[in-house]
Amino acid sequence: MTNLIEVSGVSKRFGGVVANSQISLKVPEGSITGLIGPNGSGKTTLFNSVVGYHPIDEGSITFEGREISNLRVQQIARLGMLRTFQQTRIYGKMNCMDNMMISVPQRQMPLARMFSKFPREVIERAEAILEFVGLYQKRLLPAGSLSFGQQKLLEFAMALINEPKVLLLDEPTAGINPTLINGLIDRLRHANQDFGITLFVIEHNMRVIMNLADNIYCLAHGEMLAHGSPDEIQDDQRVVDAYLGAH
Amino acid sequence: MTAAGRKRASPASIIGHAAILVFGLAAPFVFPSYTFQIAMLWIMILFALTWDILGGQMGYNSLGNILFFGAGMYISAVVQISLVYDVAAYTSAFGAVKVDFTTAQYFTGIGLGIVAAALACTVFAVIFGSMVFGLRGPYFAIGTLGVALAAGELVGGWDYVGGGSGISMPVYPGEPEARSLFFYTLCFVSAISTFVFLKWAYSGRFKTTINAIRDDEEKAEAMGIHTVRYKIVAWGIAAFFLGISGAIFGNMAGFIEPLEVAFPTITFGIFMVVMSLLGGKGTLWGPVLGATLFHIIKEVSWTYLLGWQWVALGTLIIVNVVFFQQGILGWAQEKWPAFFGIVVDDKLSAKGAVASEAAE
Ligand SMILES: Nc1ncnc2c1ncn2[C@@H]1O[C@H](COP(=O)(O)OP(=O)(O)OP(=O)(O)O)[C@@H](O)[C@H]1O
Ligand SMILES: [Mg+2]
Repeated sequence: MTNLIEVSGVSKRFGGVVANSQISLKVPEGSITGLIGPNGSGKTTLFNSVVGYHPIDEGSITFEGREISNLRVQQIARLGMLRTFQQTRIYGKMNCMDNMMISVPQRQMPLARMFSKFPREVIERAEAILEFVGLYQKRLLPAGSLSFGQQKLLEFAMALINEPKVLLLDEPTAGINPTLINGLIDRLRHANQDFGITLFVIEHNMRVIMNLADNIYCLAHGEMLAHGSPDEIQDDQRVVDAYLGAH
Repeated sequence: MTAAGRKRASPASIIGHAAILVFGLAAPFVFPSYTFQIAMLWIMILFALTWDILGGQMGYNSLGNILFFGAGMYISAVVQISLVYDVAAYTSAFGAVKVDFTTAQYFTGIGLGIVAAALACTVFAVIFGSMVFGLRGPYFAIGTLGVALAAGELVGGWDYVGGGSGISMPVYPGEPEARSLFFYTLCFVSAISTFVFLKWAYSGRFKTTINAIRDDEEKAEAMGIHTVRYKIVAWGIAAFFLGISGAIFGNMAGFIEPLEVAFPTITFGIFMVVMSLLGGKGTLWGPVLGATLFHIIKEVSWTYLLGWQWVALGTLIIVNVVFFQQGILGWAQEKWPAFFGIVVDDKLSAKGAVASEAAE
């Protein structure tokens, strides 16, 4: 299996705070790779570095073998690497359909298409994916009027219609009703297996990540603590200590 | 209306559009003594529509759009004069030079002036946009205001274009009635063109993209949307039509000078904002409605409440921003969401069952 993302020796400081120190990891193509760690351990910071949200202090990040640490967010997104936000971000005043249609990939978009209408196929695809996440009925409502959990589903649907190669999900199940979590896990798996989207997932819910991921990285205090299969991580004393508050 | 909810034009909408057209065409003949005021109404509608592209649809509150109005006015003046005279000689030795444009020179000049104003203002918008689009929120508002104020001052100190004492525009070669009809037509056509262009531009990807920038620009960037490109094009469109309106207004006024006529930041510059907010920003019809109401109230209060007219306008603004923040159309949309296509669908899927059936 080739590696879609390779992070080597990446560090990121905010003033005196070292949020990431010498982080290295690999996200194999087609995998579901997990990233766990206590609050403030630097998970979101690492995501931000990977997608080009802020410049890194040192190290290298490649996507499909190409160095991307010097590219901007939009350029990286158009290469096919997308992220969702921990705080969930959707276009609140636009309805769900518009949220979807504006998320179709803009990899090659000639200037002349700036004013074009959305073709029938796009509308149908948007409807189909909204149906897939269970939001079809609400498709004409402003996205901001949805519940928090529904907004998370919408954000996920928006990412799907963009057909990324890899999707970085920052706590996809946070705030989702426990009874719906299994449904979400199924959908994530489906996206991975049937749509072929590689997933890189930050998750605090251990049951979810152990269930979902085929390999897991664990951060603590901005450093890489452990890496392994779900079973190995579960049994790793360092990981247990980190979570049990050896903070 | 979004692509998803697109409807065929209803009879009511066709009648509405036709009524506006008929009013526009007949007004100077039916109300000849109000031709100038109605011409100004069309300019106000153009102002509100173009302000709303950024302020309403894209969420960038510009206080400096008047820049393009003034720039268009001066560009047109320079083009018109330079066709026949040396501009510096015309402006400095005014009165000494015998100003005489033939009919052909006059109309060629005004035509070229309008085209030049539109194009040059679009170019300005691109240059200016790449400078100020780094600013967000209130900083953008203040930054654009600063540029518009500075432009007025700069032109005031620039002798080539007459400095603070302005330029007398070429004199219309004809009767006053023909003159007022000519400028009325220009104002009417420019406002209708702006409306029709925006109606088209707002029917697809362009509108959805600038709305996305308004709702969450960082998210739009994270989704790989070409935000910078859209922002600059949006402003270019506003500048294009504002440049045209400036060129027309300068000629209609007959005399232009920087502070009161070309860059009136605190009157026209603010009216643009107020009219959009009043009618409902971020909608196509809101600015039209707002401009119409505002203009009528303004004209009436100037006639009947002289001395109190600013108080009346101030009150209107306060009522608007305190009680009707969404503007008239925004308020209507909240009250009758279904009319605006904001509905929960009974169906669970595009092909599938109705929710109530599925529940059984
Ligand atoms: N923009 C920023 N400016 C300053 N400090 C920051 C910034 N972003 C993150 N940090 C700091 O970096 C550290 C790591 O934060 P990060 O958000 O990456 O943690 P996390 O692992 O995602 O935590 P959580 O599980 O709570 O989401 C924290 O100490 C945080 O305060
Ligand atoms: Mg985080």
